[in-house]
Amino acid sequence: MGKVKPGPLARRPDNSAFKQQRLPAWSPMLTANTVLPFFYFMALICMLLGVWLLLTVQSTQELKLDYTEAGTCNLCFEKRKNVSNAARPCNCTVVFNIKKAFKGDVFFYYGLINFHQNLRRYMDSRDDAQMVGRKNNLKSPSSYCMPFDKNKNGVPIAPCGAVANSIFNDSFTLSYMASRGSVHVPLLRKGISWYTDKNIKYRNPSTENMTLPQVFEGTAPPLYWQKPVYELDPLDKNNNGFINDDLIVWMREAAFPNFKKLYGVLYRANKPFINGLPAGNYSVDISYNFPVQYFRGRKEVVLTTLTWFGGQNHFLPIAYLVTSCLILLIAILLTVFWFKFGKNGQNMEE
Amino acid sequence: MGSVTSFFGGLCGIEKKIEEERLFRANDRPYNLSYQYANNAIRTSKYNVFTFLPLNLFEQFRRLANAYFMFLMVLQLIPQISSLSWFTTAVPLILVLSITAVKDASDDINRHTSDKQVNNRMVNVLIDGELKKEKWMNVQVGDIIKLENNQFVTADLMLLSSSEPLNLIYIETAELDGETNLKVKQALTVTGDLGDSTDLLTHFIGEVRCEPPNNRLDKFKGTLSLDGQTYSLDNDKVLLRGCTLRNTEWCFGLVIFGGPDTKLMQNSGKTTFKRTSIDHLMNVLVLCIFGFLASMCSILAIGSAIWEVREGSVFTIFLPRDQGVGAGLSSFFSFWSYVIILNTVVPISLYVSVEIIRLGNSFYIDWDRKMYYPKNDTPAHARTTTLNEELGQIKYIFSDKTGTLTQNIMAFNKCSINGKAYGELFDFSGQRVEITEKTERLDFSWNQLADPKFIFHDHSLLETVKEGNPEAQDFFRLLALCHTVMPEEKKEGELYYQAQSPDEGALVTAARNFGFVFRSRTPESITAVEMGKQVTYELLAVLDFNNVRKRMSVIVRSPEGKLTLYCKGADTIIYERLHPSCNKLKEVTTGHLNEYAGDGLRTLVLAYKDLDEEYMDKWRKRHHEASTAMDGREEMLDELYEEIEKDLQLLGATAVEDKLQDGVPQTIEQLAKADIKIWVLTGDKQETAENIGYSCNMLREEMKEIFVVAANTPEGVKEELVNARRKMCPESADEPSVISSRAGLFWLQKIERVEDEKVEGEYGLVINGHSLAFALEKDLHLELLRTACMCQTVICCRVTPLQKAQVVQLVKKYKQAITLAIGDGANDVSMIKAAHIGVGISGQEGMQAVLSSDYSFAQFRYLQRLLLVHGRWSYLRMCKFLQYFFYKNFTFTFVHFWYAFFCGFSAQTVYDEWFITLYNLVYTALPVLGMSLFDQDVNDRWSSQYPQLYTPGQLNLYFSKKMFVRCMLHSCYSSLILFFIPWAAMYDTVRDDGKDIADYQSFALLAQTCLLIVMSVQLCLDTFYWTAVNQFFVWGSLAAYFAITLTMYSNGMFLIFTSYFPFIGTARNSLTQPNVWLTIFLTSLLCILPVVAYRFIVLQLRPTINDKVRHKLRKEALPAPAPRRPPTRRISTRRSGYAFSHAQGYGDLVTSRRFLLRLPLRSRPALFSQTDSPLAQNQPQHYRTITEEQEDAQSP
Repeated sequence: MGKVKPGPLARRPDNSAFKQQRLPAWSPMLTANTVLPFFYFMALICMLLGVWLLLTVQSTQELKLDYTEAGTCNLCFEKRKNVSNAARPCNCTVVFNIKKAFKGDVFFYYGLINFHQNLRRYMDSRDDAQMVGRKNNLKSPSSYCMPFDKNKNGVPIAPCGAVANSIFNDSFTLSYMASRGSVHVPLLRKGISWYTDKNIKYRNPSTENMTLPQVFEGTAPPLYWQKPVYELDPLDKNNNGFINDDLIVWMREAAFPNFKKLYGVLYRANKPFINGLPAGNYSVDISYNFPVQYFRGRKEVVLTTLTWFGGQNHFLPIAYLVTSCLILLIAILLTVFWFKFGKNGQNMEE
Repeated sequence: MGSVTSFFGGLCGIEKKIEEERLFRANDRPYNLSYQYANNAIRTSKYNVFTFLPLNLFEQFRRLANAYFMFLMVLQLIPQISSLSWFTTAVPLILVLSITAVKDASDDINRHTSDKQVNNRMVNVLIDGELKKEKWMNVQVGDIIKLENNQFVTADLMLLSSSEPLNLIYIETAELDGETNLKVKQALTVTGDLGDSTDLLTHFIGEVRCEPPNNRLDKFKGTLSLDGQTYSLDNDKVLLRGCTLRNTEWCFGLVIFGGPDTKLMQNSGKTTFKRTSIDHLMNVLVLCIFGFLASMCSILAIGSAIWEVREGSVFTIFLPRDQGVGAGLSSFFSFWSYVIILNTVVPISLYVSVEIIRLGNSFYIDWDRKMYYPKNDTPAHARTTTLNEELGQIKYIFSDKTGTLTQNIMAFNKCSINGKAYGELFDFSGQRVEITEKTERLDFSWNQLADPKFIFHDHSLLETVKEGNPEAQDFFRLLALCHTVMPEEKKEGELYYQAQSPDEGALVTAARNFGFVFRSRTPESITAVEMGKQVTYELLAVLDFNNVRKRMSVIVRSPEGKLTLYCKGADTIIYERLHPSCNKLKEVTTGHLNEYAGDGLRTLVLAYKDLDEEYMDKWRKRHHEASTAMDGREEMLDELYEEIEKDLQLLGATAVEDKLQDGVPQTIEQLAKADIKIWVLTGDKQETAENIGYSCNMLREEMKEIFVVAANTPEGVKEELVNARRKMCPESADEPSVISSRAGLFWLQKIERVEDEKVEGEYGLVINGHSLAFALEKDLHLELLRTACMCQTVICCRVTPLQKAQVVQLVKKYKQAITLAIGDGANDVSMIKAAHIGVGISGQEGMQAVLSSDYSFAQFRYLQRLLLVHGRWSYLRMCKFLQYFFYKNFTFTFVHFWYAFFCGFSAQTVYDEWFITLYNLVYTALPVLGMSLFDQDVNDRWSSQYPQLYTPGQLNLYFSKKMFVRCMLHSCYSSLILFFIPWAAMYDTVRDDGKDIADYQSFALLAQTCLLIVMSVQLCLDTFYWTAVNQFFVWGSLAAYFAITLTMYSNGMFLIFTSYFPFIGTARNSLTQPNVWLTIFLTSLLCILPVVAYRFIVLQLRPTINDKVRHKLRKEALPAPAPRRPPTRRISTRRSGYAFSHAQGYGDLVTSRRFLLRLPLRSRPALFSQTDSPLAQNQPQHYRTITEEQEDAQSP
């Protein structure tokens, strides 16, 4: 205790609320007055939320197109089965029809099924320090990247690791088959990644008047890549290196084996796409590079419109509606119980 | 610890030779040093600066939990296995280790300072013919040292000489064995002649040969060789370290054992650690959890093997396996990886938190004002901080009587003189007035020799005495003459009595105050001051007390030459010896005696007889012959006594109150309501014990029957026990139903349990010492247990300390119930140590009981608060804590399990690693601590008002294996919700701007936020008692979570520690999304609402006693005050017995010349008045029993 009080009651404990365990407190109890209204109220809230979300989700449109073996891609699929053909280009086209026009912003995704981006060793196999532009790490990648840290000649790989190495490398060209003939659907291929990723997490090593190729000199591209990292986007110089949007999107590993990743957003400056995608026939020309047959995967193209709630996921609205019903049911049950047993408090008598 | 030092000692090869005999010479340091005996420096500290770190770490890693985490850390260093970063285990482990190390270090520093203080005490040592001041630590074996009054004995000494006659010295052994009474030691005459002459002492060259150091306090063997003569040394010649010299001006001693070899240090062995039943349960559960963990990991490893074969092998193109690692090996790795990830089911913080909670609850006990006794400034003290929750589960209480239930203060309360009762007050209408503190006391100021502390209220008695009523005067004269009290008069008029039993002291003090002052005695005379006149009686004989006689008499000759025999004794005994002429008076007195007995007072009957000279002369001759006879002395004396003690004239009766401590009956009643059984184990007589049983409400008139077992053969005891049982429960089986089961770690422990048997009505059982000894034998102990446990009250009398422990152990072993023993004296130590929880009453008989107890306080009545309030709360809190803690960690861990099915069993975590690190340590630590430190279901008043609230603890209802399984199922449900709702909600979803949100990092953030919010809400639901601190902790922890998360996911942290904080921007990008918050809301609803609904239904259908009281509490702010219990008066069938509690042999003592020789020599401070505390002056004078040891010493 330390301090010694004088007097005959020197060791008397302090009379503080804390020491005497008399702190003022609120002791709530589950009573019918609070529990029953709470349940009814929650049922109502969930119901309202469910209906609202359902309406919101219903207003979006989505189209999924599995192109793994569809149309002429069948050939490419067969071709990619053979590893020796890995580097050979293969193009194919898939035709589809949009019955109802997609209004508003339309987002173009590619999807992968059964591709495990969430394996621990896979996810660890990257070097964030390298991709934030640290020069040291550029030349000597982290050991986590093994075996994709150096190529056969011992040249460091940039970007290293299994994640970057396995980048999805199909490319798509979407065409609208208007009555006047095929119209190229313009897709914005930039601004598809998180702001923080694009500006902070991924940076090219400082250039200091050097060009990108010079900066990356002495590094090798990942084994499965056909072009080096500084030539990923031939159209836009500033979209190359580690800050390439497609690379960034790919590097954000998905939580589950089935996922979709943003490829581009419809550019709505010109007719006929000012209001979105009009109804009609479309075709996608695919440069078919990514092999999926090894891991029994599928590839797809997803077109969707969005609301504030995001894409077309019906789970939450339905879950809310079901929950609401359950709560209502429980609430009624509780009321019955309370009415039969607890109302008069006879069980509360000693 | 000892094993560690010896281990290291063994390593270094410093194996100390075992000493077989000690040999040394006085005043010969060089010779003695050659034996390398330990000097007087002591070391109780464990570490020094250099050994602290290694030794302390070694100590800590001997704890299973710490070792387990060390193992996990090692696992994490293997890159193939490491599924988490090193810091997830290292941070908590280092934190825990350093907290414990700091605590150990501060403890050790305290020990160092106290060692230093003791070692640096100064003492006079005879060096080179001179007395020099020397530090204690420098004293060597063979040194001669001088001690002065009130000094501590420096080391174990052989007494050489003292200032007192006959080379006696007085020591107090309170620190050693807890007894505060003085003991006498006597030096050999040959050394005693040395006196205090330094010259002689310097040339004293005795050689001592004695036993090696040992821990037996009561034995010492050795010899002293001096000038070719050999003298034997025994315990009487030895002063032990830890004693204090009292009433002796100085003494010289020769050091035999120093420092670590002293008996005090040899005795300060390790105390066995008591563990609570929750501890044992926790150990079992942790083991189950390990098993569970292993099976979970095995399932996942099998899953991993299947996945690796089917999926992993075709995925190698993107993720090649390490060289030489096949599917089998990789699934083996994944087993260990999952061991690391799922280790949170047994979190290290569990043990730390449990310790903190217990410590907190112990502090509450220390701080409780309602357990503080202002009269001697004693707060309650939790000496053990690890047993609190067990206080809420007590089923049996074993209580000592003297000093525990009673104050060990006797008060002369009432008397009946010549058929008239005194001591009660009546008002004008003739109604009895209750005597309280405020009632006016009698004024004894007219009597200068009166004891100011004596309290009496009835004026009529004093008036009667003053009027000169001959019977009243004879009554008090008898009390002043017939006893064995020794007076001491330090100053003129200041009398101190040393009585060997408190009853006797009370009676003599009463006589003193009513004008018959016993002033001094010699072997042949007693001097008294009768109403101001000094009168000296010639003491002709003392017919001493013994157990069979149950009476004592004196024969005196008054100055006028009248010969009188005064006798006092047990009513039954005296009544047989009364003259027939007193029959009428006898009847009236019997009425009074019944009344007194009904009030639980200890009674004595007084009688006298006038003797004629002639007869007396003859009798004395025969007496002399008899007392010098060689054989049959006892019988002859008895016969003589019997002959003279007859045809007595009845004078009256006294009633002495063996004052119960305040509130004892009420406390016992409350504890009985809480379904706690109280057994009184006392060294007292059966009658006394029964009496107290009645007065403290344990034995009641309305009990159906009170069985008394007092047989002298095993068969008799068995018969009585069986008969009693038959009476209580005719259909009970002959053979006890013993249920054998196994429990404990690995189910190695065999357990036998005797079932409780149902009994209609209340019964009591009284068993005396003889019968108890038989009943505790192997073949009868179950019989005893069965019968005793059927009774509401059990009183065992004449119990030895060892039997006390045996009784406790019997119940402990076969009832599997939690026991508590409460006592105050050294004789209770064994039982205090044997019981699950030992409580010491600090105050009266020294400190021994307190020192070996787990809790101590000043009054028995505080036991009610300790159990019903503190114990109950501690138990409730601990159980709530464990339930919640297991729930939160299981839920946390199970989510990983579900995720394994989606991440290819690759031991990927669901949460951010930093969240895993901080979850138990920061985000959920304080709220759950807040709950388990502050929670109360109902406040203390209601707790004591409804003792029934205590019973769930006895039945282990709040936390058991069943509750644990329920807890697991609950977390299983919660984790399913917590994983699959976010999974389904995020699957295939994007942000409102089309960008990613189903990525791993966003999902991890969502899952952990859901988890934390659900856990917080669940905690809120579990908390009964919302203080501001709880609110602050809950909200603060949530706020801290968001603050820390945002900080860790910030740009700065990423840019500085790139590889540790890869989650940059996740919080900003996903917590702004409405569907994230909608998911969190839905998850929380689905986790919490079923719990609320379930609890509500249970509350409506089968409310527990707690619910009922809480329900009542909502209506009434304060409990109704307990109805005042009318003082119960017992209309007894049989009166109380004999009130003496003293031993035989004092008659001889007071008449022996030896004892009295010293008294007139010098006026010395009172032997037995303990006036250390200023408060002692205000207390009534009380008397200490003179122990037999002293008696031996004084009358050799």
